[in-house]
Amino acid sequence: MNQVGEKKLSKIILYVFMLVSALLSVFPFYWMFVVGSNTTSAINKFPPAIIPGSNFISNSMAVFDKIPFLQVLWNSIFISIVVTVSVLFFCSLAGFAFSKLNFKGRDGLFIFVIATMMIPPQLSLIPNFMIMTNLGWIDDLKAVIVPAAVNAFGVFWMRQYISSAVPYELIEAGRIDGCSNFRIFLNIVIPAVRPGLATLGIFTFMATWNDFLWPLVVLKDSSVHTLQIALRTLNDVYNTDYSLILTGTFLATLPILLVFIIFSRQFISGLTEGAIK
Amino acid sequence: MQSETGRLTIKQRKRFSQKTNEYKSGYLFISPFFILFGVFGVFPLVFTLYISFHQWDILGTTEFIGMTNYLSLITNDPLFWKSVGNTFSIWALSTIPQLIAALLIAFFLNQAFLKYKSFFRLSIFMPNVTSVVAVALVFSVIFGSQYGLVNYVLSLIGVEAINWSGSYFGTHVAIATMVMWRWIGYNAIIYLAGLQGISKDLYEAATIDGANKLQQLWSITIPMLRPIIIFTVVQSTIGGMQLFAEPLLFGQGSQYQGLTMTLYLYQEAFNRFSFGYAAAIAWMLFFIIIIFSLINLFLTRKISSA
Repeated sequence: MNQVGEKKLSKIILYVFMLVSALLSVFPFYWMFVVGSNTTSAINKFPPAIIPGSNFISNSMAVFDKIPFLQVLWNSIFISIVVTVSVLFFCSLAGFAFSKLNFKGRDGLFIFVIATMMIPPQLSLIPNFMIMTNLGWIDDLKAVIVPAAVNAFGVFWMRQYISSAVPYELIEAGRIDGCSNFRIFLNIVIPAVRPGLATLGIFTFMATWNDFLWPLVVLKDSSVHTLQIALRTLNDVYNTDYSLILTGTFLATLPILLVFIIFSRQFISGLTEGAIK
Repeated sequence: MQSETGRLTIKQRKRFSQKTNEYKSGYLFISPFFILFGVFGVFPLVFTLYISFHQWDILGTTEFIGMTNYLSLITNDPLFWKSVGNTFSIWALSTIPQLIAALLIAFFLNQAFLKYKSFFRLSIFMPNVTSVVAVALVFSVIFGSQYGLVNYVLSLIGVEAINWSGSYFGTHVAIATMVMWRWIGYNAIIYLAGLQGISKDLYEAATIDGANKLQQLWSITIPMLRPIIIFTVVQSTIGGMQLFAEPLLFGQGSQYQGLTMTLYLYQEAFNRFSFGYAAAIAWMLFFIIIIFSLINLFLTRKISSA
């Protein structure tokens, strides 16, 4: 009897702990909306407003007044989609070569690719800024897209995935049918590794969407800002007008949150797979 | 006979052309990575080193000054060392509680009787997809020095308002909270994956031998999770050393208590345009990351094998 009671107690503790963790995780999103739908003066007092108010629309208008919201939203979408598509294509192409084609120095080159992941991006920040200046790409979306078009992690990820998901027999069968290596890649490898592509795609999209330091350095004019840089501008312009700042933050967070909720299953299972590998 | 040799040569030729084909395609398919990495990776790496030996300003006037940038960073720049100290302090404040909380959450999520698992997983992971900028802004409001929510809650239990953006303690705690909030769920999901990979037999055998839950956690779970724990420690070390957006948006404070290494690098390069000095900071940052990652690797190995 005593033991049963103890078990019940530990179950209750567990549920309380999990519930508190979940609440703490979700609360800042709620708070964004609470502050964003009230006026700053309603927030700046004790006790502050703790339920959503009625000022969301007028706050949004004030935000749209200071930043070209639709333009920066489009910039973020455009950059993220182009980078994602290009990463998926080039990384799986390289991953295919590293796992299924025989060429001299293959394994050494692959180790080199992995080693490049150790280099922190800060190290190349200044020269890359100079390169972009010389190319005339400052304030051009290309400056963010081109360097991100293929990356070491993606090559590594796709190589591991293709190694385990595509048997040699399939490749051989394609060769007997007279397919070129590129045809084999397009018609045999790509369809077989869709789940791996989905995971890499979601991660790349999120990372590009949320990127901050590099876009901040090369995208200076407000017409080429991404959402993240625009939020920073908003923070500078409105300074302590928290309601307007968090209205913008909420508007900028909503799209990515929706994407996450739609793809959450693939997202979390993809992450899990990656960790095990 | 003749046809036999003929067929052989065709076969051989085929094999030969297959081989050169693989060579050609192989190099072609991996070339995009190497071209881009050459331009935006290798060249900048070498060039940063070159710049760091110069006095280099925005107009491109350069003067070779040897190790002077490094020497003055190390011997004559209290602000640099302050940024190193701040980075480490914030790293420790965020990483240690973060990984312990993540381990606990993963352990609970792995309990068979827990219901609504996917709900818990979803909500706990949600912070990780939020942008650093959004996180920094919302927490800057929550940690407002005058009317912030945290100060309000503290006032309810009779604690005096804390000047979050004006003190070392306040700024470090606020920034560490942003990092923790964003990364606990991520680490928990990774640990959960590791936990699910541990065979149930091990626990059953331990139970039969009379080991309690705590003993099981210590002598089965932790050792089995070792590679994953090492992975998360190395990752958070690299991430923590590169902290930038949070202090930029929260404010570095009047005593520079929020100045991190990367923020200092950014300011030197893009506010003061002393590219040479900033390049030297970049290399120092790189060395510090390497040394610190190795120390952490060593410590984590020791602790989890003890």
